[in-house]
Amino acid sequence: MKLTKTGEAGAADSGDILVSVAPAEEPGIQIELSGKSVILKQFGRQIRELLQKTAAECGVENARITAKDNGALDFTIKARVRAAIQRAV
Amino acid sequence: MKNVIGRDIPEYIEGYGEVRPFKGAYASIDSRTRTTITRRSVKPGNKLEPGETKLLASIEEAVKKTGLKDGMTVSFHHHLRNGDYVTNMVMKVIADLGIKDIHVAATGIFACHEPLVEYIKSGVITGMSVNYISPGPVAKAITKGLLPKPAVFRSHGGRPRAVEAGDLHVDVAFIAAPCCDNYGNINGTQGKSACGVLSYIYPDAQYADQVVAVTDNLVPYPACPIEITQDFVDYVVQVDSIGDPNGIVSGTTRVTSDPIGLKIAAAAAELIDATGYIREGMSFQTGAGGTSLAVAAEVKKRMQAKGVVGSFGAGGITAYFVEMLNEGLFRALFDVQDFDLVSVASAGSNPKHMAMSGSLYGNPHNCGPVVNNLDIMILGATEIDTDFNVNVVTGSDGTIMGASGGHNDTAAGSKISIVVTNLLKGRLCVLRDQVTTVTSPGETIDALVTDRGIAINPRRTDLLEKLKDSNLPIMDIHELKAIGEKLAGKPDPVEYTDRIVGVVEYRDGTVIDVVRQPR
Repeated sequence: MKLTKTGEAGAADSGDILVSVAPAEEPGIQIELSGKSVILKQFGRQIRELLQKTAAECGVENARITAKDNGALDFTIKARVRAAIQRAV
Repeated sequence: MKNVIGRDIPEYIEGYGEVRPFKGAYASIDSRTRTTITRRSVKPGNKLEPGETKLLASIEEAVKKTGLKDGMTVSFHHHLRNGDYVTNMVMKVIADLGIKDIHVAATGIFACHEPLVEYIKSGVITGMSVNYISPGPVAKAITKGLLPKPAVFRSHGGRPRAVEAGDLHVDVAFIAAPCCDNYGNINGTQGKSACGVLSYIYPDAQYADQVVAVTDNLVPYPACPIEITQDFVDYVVQVDSIGDPNGIVSGTTRVTSDPIGLKIAAAAAELIDATGYIREGMSFQTGAGGTSLAVAAEVKKRMQAKGVVGSFGAGGITAYFVEMLNEGLFRALFDVQDFDLVSVASAGSNPKHMAMSGSLYGNPHNCGPVVNNLDIMILGATEIDTDFNVNVVTGSDGTIMGASGGHNDTAAGSKISIVVTNLLKGRLCVLRDQVTTVTSPGETIDALVTDRGIAINPRRTDLLEKLKDSNLPIMDIHELKAIGEKLAGKPDPVEYTDRIVGVVEYRDGTVIDVVRQPR
């Protein structure tokens, strides 16, 4: 899937994640994840993997994903990434 | 070595000393010791040397008069909460005089105490002990290991025990005095910085070598009423202001409007009712948080419906408990601090609203603290594990964000202690295999009420028996944990260094856990 612009989904509210997906020149999916350190220390690895996996499942090959997490659960993260990708096409 | 709840604790901790390991919540309640101290005496007024008076011109003069020097312990109390000026003012004078290596024994530390971080960095403060600390700059500095000695975390009952036993020797106690006369009679309920009762500092008044009252409301002799009497006070200093009124009271404390909080509260009240604790003469305590107060609101409804009158409400007092007292739902209140203006006014005017010392509140080593008379205790938790051990000291990443306060005192004393919390806080499940830091041992925690289910401590077979026909969503604690982990995932372990930045004392002075510095 080819991305043409920046797509955004989600919110900065508690329990949500703000995901921005943008086209990238370089191959692969680059992830920039920020959020509360208490969450990133324990779930950062898992959130990164989920972002990566969800983007790949949508057929995205090259992209820059910026995510600001505020305690979102996995199903929220997946939904936000999918929506952001659709808006970036 | 491992203590009885399996926490790995050294036998000796540098900067703390020999460790008495935790042996069980009630293992050390037998005899007690009281330390002896030597204090100065004050001659009658007409025999005083000219210029010799209790009333001094400045904090600096008081620090000099007391002979405060390197290596000493100074103490403060936190009834002015996040509006306290006294701790910062005194520590600034101590720092400006070049005094170093001070142990700050504060009953509570708040965000307003940020200036202490500089004194930690410059070596003025090398040790701290607290019963309460709010997440903020000082807590962060301790987590980062900036203090050379580990901070000591005690409970509201454990601190007076330590002071009375001589485990915590205070050289000079500084009392923030909202109302004071020139001979050192103090109350906390009058004046522009009125904050209510001054309970947590009573043991310091009795057992510190020297006591300095700092007031912004010097009244003609005698102050009336008197909460801390002149026979315990060496010096009085008048300053412009001891606190910021906006920080002293928490504004209005009120019942939560969050539907999840209300759901938890309703389930907790149903649990209390189903186990037979809504009854004539019942006693009840909650924290001041929105969900805890929502439990109070639900319990109140059930008390009214049954027509029962409670014996007492206790702890940190809020407008909600004052209202229950005034409506005749309790015969009395036992108060250790006041969270809002309604409570401050009530503490100063209603004889049924009684101050109690920290020792009377929760010290296990006396002839019985008030927590022993408490039926129902509603508690919070940062984390709880499948053995019902509760953590309120650190976040699950090891960051210091609290201390016991009355948690382990009331859990140990009450007939039923109930932790109320959301099962998930953001992405974090409060239920863990092991809590990061144990504050209250599982043997003292009877029930966990969450939005997704209730777990009863299997030790309480009596409660399980009473609840066997209940419609409440009662399940095994492991089952409840599985629900949380299914939603939130299993956290990766947090890594720690070997450096101990905090020692968590149980109320009896044994070490229940240590806080290691996160990597």
